[in-house]
Amino acid sequence: MTQPMVSLSGLYKIFGTRDKDVLQHVKGGMGKEELLARHGHVLGLNNINVDMQAGEITVVMGLSGSGKSTLIRHLNRLIEPTAGEIIVQGEDVMQLSEDGLRHARQEKMSMVFQKFALLPHKTVLKNAGMPLSVRGEDEATCDREAAKWLDRVGLSGFENHYPAQLSGGMQQRVGIARALTANTPIMLMDEAFSALDPLIRTDMQDLLLELQKELHKTIIFITHDLDEALKLADHLVILKDGFVVQQGEPQHILLNPNDPYIEDFVSDINRARVLRVRSIMTPLDGGQVPEDAHGEVDVNDTLESMIARSGGDTSHAYVVKDGEKTVGSLDMTELVRALVPRVASEAGARQS
Amino acid sequence: MAFYDKLFSALGLSEWCGTPDDKAPLSLADLAAQAGGEEASGPLIPIPSFDNLHESCNRIWQSRDVTNGIEEGFLAAKPVLKTVLDPITQPLSWILDGALWLFEATPWFIMVPLLVAISWYASRSRPVTIFVAVSIMLLAVVDHYDVAMQTLSIIFVCTTISVLFGVPIGIAMSKSDRLQKSVVPLLDLLQTLPTFVYLIPLIFLFSVTESKLYGIAIILYAIVPVIRLTDLGIRLVDRDVIEAANAFGMTDRQKLLRVQLPLALPNIMAGINQTIMMSLAMVVIASLVSAPGLGVNVLRGIRNLELGVGIVAGIGIVLLAVILDRVSKAALTRVDKTQVKH
Repeated sequence: MTQPMVSLSGLYKIFGTRDKDVLQHVKGGMGKEELLARHGHVLGLNNINVDMQAGEITVVMGLSGSGKSTLIRHLNRLIEPTAGEIIVQGEDVMQLSEDGLRHARQEKMSMVFQKFALLPHKTVLKNAGMPLSVRGEDEATCDREAAKWLDRVGLSGFENHYPAQLSGGMQQRVGIARALTANTPIMLMDEAFSALDPLIRTDMQDLLLELQKELHKTIIFITHDLDEALKLADHLVILKDGFVVQQGEPQHILLNPNDPYIEDFVSDINRARVLRVRSIMTPLDGGQVPEDAHGEVDVNDTLESMIARSGGDTSHAYVVKDGEKTVGSLDMTELVRALVPRVASEAGARQS
Repeated sequence: MAFYDKLFSALGLSEWCGTPDDKAPLSLADLAAQAGGEEASGPLIPIPSFDNLHESCNRIWQSRDVTNGIEEGFLAAKPVLKTVLDPITQPLSWILDGALWLFEATPWFIMVPLLVAISWYASRSRPVTIFVAVSIMLLAVVDHYDVAMQTLSIIFVCTTISVLFGVPIGIAMSKSDRLQKSVVPLLDLLQTLPTFVYLIPLIFLFSVTESKLYGIAIILYAIVPVIRLTDLGIRLVDRDVIEAANAFGMTDRQKLLRVQLPLALPNIMAGINQTIMMSLAMVVIASLVSAPGLGVNVLRGIRNLELGVGIVAGIGIVLLAVILDRVSKAALTRVDKTQVKH
C-alpha cells in the first residue's frame, strides 16, 4: 500500500487549561463523563488513528459532540492537539514553524465550511480568488482562476454579485470554488452540505462526486448524515465521544457493524439504495455460473436497480460482471435477505 | 464649646490636640454669629466633617487644607508636566492654527463649492448634498459664515486626530484582552467626567491663549467612541470568517486589512460619526478657554444676555451638527456593503 496522504496517529485533544496533566488519565482509560466530572476537562479526541489515502474521499461521521469538527481542524492545526502525530504528505504538521504552517495551509489544504464563511464585502469572483491573492498572485491570475472554477461549479454570470445576494446552495458553490481555486491536493469539508436543504444537498453531493472523478483530490468530509456518508465515502470513519468506533469500506461497515451504536445508525437507512451488488454477490472463485441466469449485471449496480430489473421476482439469479470479466453470481433471495439489517432480523426472530 | 470636645477628651487626646485657636471666623455664618454675640446654632449632632472636628481639635485638618493640598501638589508637578507635555503637544497648536488660517483664508466662493463637493463624494446622496449647500448659505446670509468655518476647522482637526489615534488604539485593544481591561475604565472616566472638569487641569498646565488647550480638551472627550467602536467592531467580526482566513493561511496583517477592518468598518464609521458629534458639543464649551467659532457667540449671548445672538449661534451649531451627522451617516450606509440584499 502506498503511503497515505494524511495520517493521524495517537491523536488526543482535551479542552481545558491543564490538558497535558489530565492526558494520563485519559490514556489510563478514563471516559468523557468521568473526566468532566472529576477534572472539569472536556475530552475532544481520544486516541485517533486514521490513514487517509490519496485520491479518496474519507468521510468522518458522527453525531454532534462526537468530535468530528475538532478532528478536521487538527489537520491544518486550527486546533492544537494535546498529543499525537499528524503527518501530511510525509511531513509532520506538528513540527512546522509558523511560516511553514501558513505555507501548508495555503498550498496543501483548502477548506469548505458549514456556514460558508465567505467575505461579505467582496464579490463572488474576489471570494473565489481569495486563496491565490493571499499567496500574492497578481489580480489577473486570481480573477482568471476564480472565473474558471466558478464556471466549473455552475456559477458563471454571478461573478459580480455579493454573497448576501445568493442562496445558500449558491454560496456553498462559491465556497467550493474557493477551495478548488486554491488548487491544493487536500480538501477539508466541514459539514459542507449540512446547512442546505435536502434537494440542494443531493445536487451538491453529485457535483462533488463529479468533480472528484476528474480531479482525484484527497477529500476529508465531515458529516452527521449517514446517507451522505455512504454516498460519498471511499473510506468511512465513525466517531463517537471522541474515539473511532469503526472504520473501513462503507459497504463493509453496513453489512458488518461491530458496535450497537453503529447498528442503530445503519438500521434506519435505505439499504437497497446504498448496497451494491459486489457486497452481497457470491464470488465466482472458480465455481460455476448458474445456468438459469436471467441476465448479466454490473458489480456496482445498486440493489434498488436489481429489484426493479427482476420485477420483484425472487427466483431470479444473475451473472455479475466487472467490465468484461465474470466475477460472481447473485441470487435474488440473497438480495432480499441483505435488505434486512442484522439487528432487525434478530429482533424479528426473538419476537416470533 | 464645640460638640466633639468631649469625644477627644474621652479618648485622652486633649494634650495631642493642643489649645484651640482664637476664634477666627471660618464662614459668613460664623461671622454673623460673632457679631450677634451668640454661637451659631447647628443641628444637635453636627456632621463629623473636617471643619467641625477642627473646632474641637486643632490637629485635625480643615477642609480648605485638602483643596489647598491638591492645588499645591498640582502646582508642584506643573513644571515637570509642562516640560514634558509642552513640546509633545506643540504640533497640535500649529495644526489647529494652520487649519484655522486655511479655512479663513480660503475665499467663500471656493470653500462653499468644495464643501458641497465633499458632501457629494462622501454621501452620494442628492438630498444630503442640497441640504448642505442650503445650510451653509443660510449661515452665510446671517453673517455667521466666518465663525462657522472656525468651528468647522477645529472639528476637522480634532476629529482627524481622534481617528488617527483612536483606530490604532481600538485595534490594539481588540487584540489584547488585558489592554482592553485596562483601557476601558479610562474611557469610562473620560466619558463621565463633566466637560468643564477637563478644562480645569488643562488651564493650569497650558496658557489660555494657546490653541492646543482646547484642542486637547476636545480630543480627549471625542476620541472615546471611535476607540470603543473600533474595538467592538473588530471583536464582532464573524468568527467563521476569521477561521476561514486562518484556514487559507492569511498572515495577521492580511487578516487585519482584508477581513477585520473592512468588516468592522460600519462600526468604525459609527464611531467616527459619534466622535464628530462629540467634538461639536465640546467646541462650544471650549469657547470658555478661547476656542473661536460659534461657541463664542453663544457665550456672548449668555454673558451679556444677548438673546438673539445666542439663539442664532445656537441654530448655527444645530445646522452644522445636522450637516456633519447626515454626511457621515450617508457615508456609513454607503460603505456597508454587507447589507446588500436581493
